[in-house]
Amino acid sequence: MPMQAGDIERLIKEAMPDAQVNIEDLRGDGDHYAAMVVSKEFAGKNRVQQHQMVYKALQGNMGDALHALALQTGVPEDVD
Amino acid sequence: MLDRPGKDVAGLRRAEEKDSEMSDHPANERIQQEIDDQDVVLFMKGTPVFPQCGFSAAVIQVLTLLGVQFKSVDVLSDPQIRDGIKAFSDWPTIPQLYVKGEFVGGCDIIREMFENGELKQVFADKGIQTQEPATA
Repeated sequence: MPMQAGDIERLIKEAMPDAQVNIEDLRGDGDHYAAMVVSKEFAGKNRVQQHQMVYKALQGNMGDALHALALQTGVPEDVD
Repeated sequence: MLDRPGKDVAGLRRAEEKDSEMSDHPANERIQQEIDDQDVVLFMKGTPVFPQCGFSAAVIQVLTLLGVQFKSVDVLSDPQIRDGIKAFSDWPTIPQLYVKGEFVGGCDIIREMFENGELKQVFADKGIQTQEPATA
């Protein structure tokens, strides 16, 4: 069953309350999303670790209910 | 608004650091063998000639553009590896690229690193030959 963009955003924000989350439904089918996540918690982490944090926040939905989430992560400019 | 993804030869993580937290998945030994035996290993869906998934196809395209020799492992033909590779790297999706035994990333990271030149640098740093096809 596909996930709603709102559910994706909620799960990420529950795990990383400061995160700015921007989700785009790429095909309008509720199954292929692109997400940009910006959080201070990513500071000092490499990209693999940053993506792993987002996947953890999604609690096993990634690769399961959520087939396609093109992910981009970053740290806000004022923190590094 | 983003900081630059870093010059830490991004995304590299030593597989051996994970030993302590890895579960005893029956496929672990075989996966370790694969990434020890070959410099560049791609776990993917399908084969380089017939990728069964757009994300796997995208990584094949990147490796082909860079002219890197690699070994591919088709997870669709081996359910134990398909399941095991996700636990091995703590990464929920396929494809997964390993260079000299280290997990470098999945499709998004590989594409991003290709576009900003980092991936080529990773191969250069690790002494892996790249050969970009001559443009006619």
